[in-house]
Parts: sequence; C-alpha cells; structure tokens
Amino acid sequence: MAVNPLIRHAVERACHACGRDPTRMLDIVRGVQQRLGHVPDEAVDLIARETGAPRPDVAGVVGFYAFFSNRPQGRIVIRLCGDVVDRMHGVERVAEALVEELGVPFGETTPDGLFTLLWTPCIGMSDQAPAALVNDVVVTRLSRDVARQMVGELREHEDPHRFVRTYGDGNNAHPAVRAMVENNVRRAGPVVLADLERGAALARALRMTPAEVIREIKTARLRGRGGAGFPTGMKWEFTRAAAGDRKVLICNADEGEPGTFKDRVILTEHPDLVLEGMTIGAWAIGAQEGILYLRGEYAYLEAFLEQVLEARRRDGLLGRSILGREGFDFDVRIQLGAGAYVCGEETALIASCEGKRGDAKARPPFPAQHGYLGRPTSVNNVETFCCAARIIERGAAWFAGFGTPESAGTKLFSVSGDCHVPGVYELPFGTTLGELLDLAGADEAAAVQVGGPSGRLVAAEGARERRLGYEDLATGGSVMVFGPQRDPLWIVERFLEFFVDESCGVCTPCRVGNVLMHDAVRRVRAGLAGESDLEQLRALATTVGMASRCGLGQSSPNPVLSAMDAFPDHWRRHLHARSEPGLLPTFDVQAALRPAEMLTGRRSEVFPPREEERR
Amino acid sequence: MNGRLTITVDGRRIEARAGQTILEACQDAGVYVPRLCAHPKLSVYGSCRVCTCLVGGRATAACVQPVQPGMVIENDSDRVLEIRRTIIEMLFVEGNHFCMVCEKSGDCELQALAYRFGITHPRFPYMFPERPIDAGHPELLLDHDRCVLCGRCVRASAELDGKSALGFAGRGLRRRIEADGPRGLAGTDATGDDTIAEVCPVGALLRKGTAYRTPYGRRRYDHEPIGGDIDAPCGEAQEDR
Ligand SMILES: Cc1cc2nc3c(=O)[nH]c(=O)nc-3n(C[C@H](O)[C@H](O)[C@H](O)COP(=O)(O)O)c2cc1C
Ligand code: SF4
Ligand code: FES
Ligand code: FES
Repeated sequence: MAVNPLIRHAVERACHACGRDPTRMLDIVRGVQQRLGHVPDEAVDLIARETGAPRPDVAGVVGFYAFFSNRPQGRIVIRLCGDVVDRMHGVERVAEALVEELGVPFGETTPDGLFTLLWTPCIGMSDQAPAALVNDVVVTRLSRDVARQMVGELREHEDPHRFVRTYGDGNNAHPAVRAMVENNVRRAGPVVLADLERGAALARALRMTPAEVIREIKTARLRGRGGAGFPTGMKWEFTRAAAGDRKVLICNADEGEPGTFKDRVILTEHPDLVLEGMTIGAWAIGAQEGILYLRGEYAYLEAFLEQVLEARRRDGLLGRSILGREGFDFDVRIQLGAGAYVCGEETALIASCEGKRGDAKARPPFPAQHGYLGRPTSVNNVETFCCAARIIERGAAWFAGFGTPESAGTKLFSVSGDCHVPGVYELPFGTTLGELLDLAGADEAAAVQVGGPSGRLVAAEGARERRLGYEDLATGGSVMVFGPQRDPLWIVERFLEFFVDESCGVCTPCRVGNVLMHDAVRRVRAGLAGESDLEQLRALATTVGMASRCGLGQSSPNPVLSAMDAFPDHWRRHLHARSEPGLLPTFDVQAALRPAEMLTGRRSEVFPPREEERR
Repeated sequence: MNGRLTITVDGRRIEARAGQTILEACQDAGVYVPRLCAHPKLSVYGSCRVCTCLVGGRATAACVQPVQPGMVIENDSDRVLEIRRTIIEMLFVEGNHFCMVCEKSGDCELQALAYRFGITHPRFPYMFPERPIDAGHPELLLDHDRCVLCGRCVRASAELDGKSALGFAGRGLRRRIEADGPRGLAGTDATGDDTIAEVCPVGALLRKGTAYRTPYGRRRYDHEPIGGDIDAPCGEAQEDR
C-alpha cells in the first residue's frame, strides 16, 4: 500500500530529528502533529516502524495527551481555558462569542479546516483570566469583543503571533518570548524572587563535597515546594546512595494544578536560579543527566529557556567540566509536555520523559531507586531548586530564619479568583491566610481553595488565623478566592469534572470513583439527593482517597470532603428540594419515564414534567 | 535480604520470604487476598486495587507491596472488605456485565468476586457505556463491554507470547484495550494459541468456538467460591491470639 508522501516526509523528519529514539516519542509525535496538524493512523504505523516501538505504544501516546490528535484539526487550534477561575471571569461569554463567530461548537473544526475550538483545563493564567492558547500563543484577558476581533484577524493572516501586539512586563517582552503574559509579581521575597549572581552559588557548592551540600540542605530543613512537602535533602541522599552510576535529576515544571502559576513567573524571570539549583543538585546526587519537564501550555517559554541553557553551556555552567571541575559533567534537556495534569505526578512524569503514556506507576520501586530509564532519579519542583541554590549561596541558617520550625523559608503563592490584586506573593511560611487575603484585596472572600483542586476548601471566616505551611494549610501555591456569590457545591462539581478528565485511568478507584463522585454532587445540586446520599458520597470519597494508586486519586476527594466539613448547610440546603411522595429522593422518576414518553408520544399524568422542564 | 521473616495478617503470624509481595506471602500461608489484575505468570501491575489491604492503617496494594519484617496487615476487616466491595461494584457499573447471557459465566473472576462479597446489586448508578465488539479475528473475540482494564492480556502478549498485540488507548474513563492496528485484533499477529484469552479474568477476550466446552453448572466457580483453593481450612493455620 502506497504511503501518502506528505505523511512519510513528516514522520521521517520528526523521527530523524530525535535520532529515531523511541524514548523521545513525545517529541516525535509532536513533530508530526506540527507538520500534519494531526497524527493519522498511517503516521502511527510509520513511527512504529521507524523507531522500532510497538505500534500500540505509539497509538497509546497519541491517544493519551490532550494536545495530540488522531483526527484532523484546524490550522489554528483555540484552547479556551475552562477552569473555575476563568468561569468566574466570564469565559462562558467568550465561549459563546467564539461559537457564534466560528459557527461550530466546542470539539469541532470549521468546515474550511482553519479553526478547531476546544476547552482546556487551567493553562496557568488564572491571574489574567479568561485566557486561551491559540496554537502555542497565550492570549489573556479575553472578552467577547477581543475574541471576535481575534477570529477576524486570524482569518486574514492565520498567524496567532501577529495578534499579540503588546508584550507583558520583564522577560515576557524578551525577543525569544514575546508574550502578552504579565508576571503580576505583587510581593518579591528574599529567597526566590530576588536577583542572583550567576554561578556564585554553584561555585560555593563545588567548594563543598556532595555530602556537605546535602547536609546543608537538610540543615535548612528544605521541603519540596511541589505539594507533597518531602524533605529535599533526604530525597537527594536516597538518590545519591542508590545503586547505579548513571543518575538523573528532573525539574518538575508541569505546573498543572489549577490556580497555580508561580513556576511560570520563576521560569520567566529567574531561570538561571532554577538551573543553578539543578546543577547544584546534580553535584549533590552525582547526576550527569538533567531534564526540565515543561508543561505543553508553557511552550511559549521553550525557545527562551533554550537560550538560557545555551548561555550557561557557553559560560561553563553546564556541560563538560562545569566551572573547570574535571569530571563534573551535567547537562539539561527540555522535555515538553502535551496536556496532561497527571504528568506532574512524578512517576507519570518520568514515564512521559521516557516517551510513554503518562500512566502513574505502582510503587515501590521508588524513582530514587528506579526512575528514568531505570536509573536512580530525583524529581523536584521548580521552586525547590531555587530554594536549594539560595541555601547554598546564603547558608542554611539564613534560609531557616524565615518561616516556621516545620516549614522553613518562604513560599510563592499564586492568588486568583474574587480578589482585587491577583498575582504571585512570596511570603514567609507561617503567614496567616487572613494576611494573604488582605494583601490580595480579597475583602469579600467567603471560601478559599488552598492548594488547588487537590487541596482543601475552607470557609474564609474562621480560617483567617490559620497558617500557611506544611503543619496547617499546606499548598503547592494555589490559593483561589471565592466571594459569597459562589456556590461551594458548584466549585466542587467543577473540580471533580477536572479530575474526571485528567485521571490516567489505570486504577479503578480514580477512573471510576471520580465519575461517581461527580455524578453524586451533580445530583445533590439538582435536588435529587437525600441524607443517605451524602453519607454514601462521604464513604465513596474516603475509599477513592485511600485506595487510589497515585496522588491524583488520593487527593481528588479532598474538595468533596473539605467542602462537606466547611459548608454543611450548603449541602443540606439542596436535599429533598424536590421529592415525589413515596419515592426515594435519589430516584428521578421523570428521567426514568422519559424514554417511554418519547416512544409513546405521551406525558405521564401521575408524574408530570418538572417545572424546569416545562419551560 | 535473603531469608525468612514474619508478618502479621489479621492478628495471625505468618512466615514469609524476603522479596515476596504481601499477596504471595499470604497465598503461601493459605490466606486468600482477592485480586483481579495480578496473575502468577505475569509481571506486577497494581491497577485494579481489588487486593487493597491496610498496613499500619494505610491502604496498600498487596500485589505490589513487598513484605517487611514485622509488618502488620489488615486483610479481612470490615474496613478492608468495604473498600474492596466498593471497587468491585465500580467495575460492575463501569462496564456492561450481563452475566446471565455471558459465555464466561461461572468461570468469570469478576462474577465470582461479586458472589464472594455477597454483591447482589451495585449501590452506584450503571453507566451503560457504548463500547464496540471486535469480532473480526478468526479465532479470537474482544468484547470491550466486559473488559475490566486489568491489563493481563497486554502483559501476556508481551511477556508470554513475545508479541505486542495489545496496548492501552485513551485515558480516564475512556481508557481501553486497543489492538495493534487500525483493523483491530484481526490486524495483529495474535492467534488462538496465544495466552491472551486464557489470562483474561472475565469474558472480554475469548477464544472462539470454545465457550461452551464446559457447560454452565460445571464451571470453576459454580462449585467453589473464588479463593476457595487458597483459603486454608479453618483451624489449620496457627492462631496468635
Ligand atoms: C496529580 C499530581 C500532579 C502533580 N503536579 C505537580 C506539578 O505540576 N509540579 C510539581 O512540582 N509537583 C507536582 N506534583 C508532585 C510531584 O509528584 C512530586 O511530589 C514533586 O514534583 C516533587 O518535587 P518537590 O519535592 O520539590 O515538591 C503532582 C502530584 C500529583 C499527584
Ligand atoms: S490515582 Fe488516578 S491518576 Fe493516579 S494511577 Fe490511579 S487512575 Fe491514574
Ligand atoms: S491485584 Fe493488586 S492491584 Fe490488582
Ligand atoms: S460473567 Fe463476567 S465477564 Fe461474563
């Protein structure tokens, strides 16, 4: 069978660029998708043949990542962020305008093959919502009018870059970035958002032994900033001690937790600090190989980060014999993600770096023993590396002088939602929630989601004195503020929708349980639930949290459980709102009758349609 | 790390070999741990979570977790059984399992688990997904309606048959088993002699023309509950309290 020459050419180019290496499958598929607009079955066959990978593995990758498509897509793909915060800022009106203007619903491509319109979860722009990705270009602060104007212009020139006319502050205006994104740094602290003398911290580290570096990090009591809060020094020590002479250090810049955008700002303004921390980490654990896993949504930063890497190589801060130290070789490659929240989870992230589907792996073995390509691997968050570099530069005591005994140092908080001053705040751990809300101008806060959807929903009243830190209100950075007009159950339902979409689906509790929880909350909101349904939902949520294989399913019940605790009346208010006498409130008799009614063309007289349906 | 060690399961002391998983150690000691994705001939996968037990209060997959000296395991408590029952019910509502018309009835591990757990009906609403049937292969049949995504067939094809006839596609609830090729199983090099149908715990992957060789009523779980071959008869294992 003759292969379409266009497809053959695209596959050959993409495979060649990656040395036909199946562990670079994400880049290969991305390359094909860029050239063809999608990855047809024929291309999957060819990629399998070129790389020697089993065909189901290639097809599995194409099917797993939201940014890859097996079906033809428009030359311009508009991904509108459908996150909770965007919805609070009117993204639905933008969506309507886009549908009207394009003449196709979400999920579809215009007949002329120019546009595809899609929803996407949080793209890390909650501080400038509503936002969208137009191919790789970020468009922020959308309105109906801007959306219409954008479509009009794109019909003319088909170049999303040309639609961006004013650039954001700082490096957003850098020639390699040119994004309309704004940093919105509201409070720069001394640890992360401070200037760095390039190479100084690294030079200090090289005057120490790896063991001394690890000890310094431990003395500083540095804990991971990505959410789980594992002590960084310990993780490095385990990785260093693991058997195997090739070790790997990965920087987790997947930043997929909705409402988090602080890593975006760090990567834009302080990439050298991150890479300095990575190089120090490499010295500490004995790694030669580094990977910066950059979420696909931040592809607009890729060229810029490549330049930073190149400059560091040129200046002897990366590559062979770093800072002239014979035998210290370490380099970093960027691995671009492709739209999958679960890939922020470290085992899924490693699988993704290996060119596979982002399915979370069963543990043990842990990455420190058996990680990337079987090598001992340490995965750390962007901000964690910044802290590590600063600890070596300024000393453990200086660092531990900020924060609390359990939570040393400062933390970056990404504040968004119903507040006057959304943005990034670097504050010492131990700052109270009330202090942060005041800084952000969240005068009307009724509820706050601390830690993103996988964190906790708290009532603002009563939580103002609680402290941000691992010992009390832990967060990887996301702080979403909700005013009194927002229904907590609506928030919970949106979050569960997110988890349903993002579950990798390997394990039963998360794959099925999130759908069941979502359905249960939907039914409560629809007035179709009774007291026993709430009990069942609580039991279900507890089981999902306990039995799921990775952190996604282990934390997806958090919004349900915390909202039940914080807002019991809001749940109760919906109960039995409409129940027919003699029927369980959970039983939707009208829905059960609907097929029969449709077939017979008659409506039930005993159970007439509900008020809402009559209209 | 070689040698023997002792763990405690539901208050009973059990001898185990270092390197064994909890599931293996329990099995050797005559304690059945329910499972679905685990299979003695295949690598560990740890996806179904039916084998969940509690170790020091934390839920753990028994088929993945290696034993450690002094480990205290809850395998038969109300809490553990409730987690497992919930997971089994999830699998029932997620797919389309019409056991009464299924060729595998009586030999099906999911059905047998439901019997063992006394599940007469799930507490959750059925999802009734629309899933295709891949019947194009001359010797094999893949009915996605009954698939529980345990991945046994995927591993068996790679590990036992030395092929890659099957893989996973999609994610979340849209996750599914996919044959190696746009034409389904027929487009792969899988044959009726492969092990992929044999390892399937349910009636999703079947070898054509063999379904009724053993008539209903004379099948494996028609007479003995699942795990009955592993459970030690009462009194045989030593009591610790
Ligand atoms: C579903 C899920 C998503 C995650 N996403 C991220 C992420 O985007 N960035 C991150 O640093 N950590 C994320 N994590 C946590 C990582 O698994 C891991 O703990 C972290 O990268 C370790 O770095 P740290 O110790 O420096 O925090 C995620 C975890 C889960 C379960
Ligand atoms: S918890 Fe969810 S995301 Fe994690 S392994 Fe299970 S299905 Fe995948
Ligand atoms: S048998 Fe252990 S997770 Fe499936
Ligand atoms: S009876 Fe379980 S799959 Fe048929």
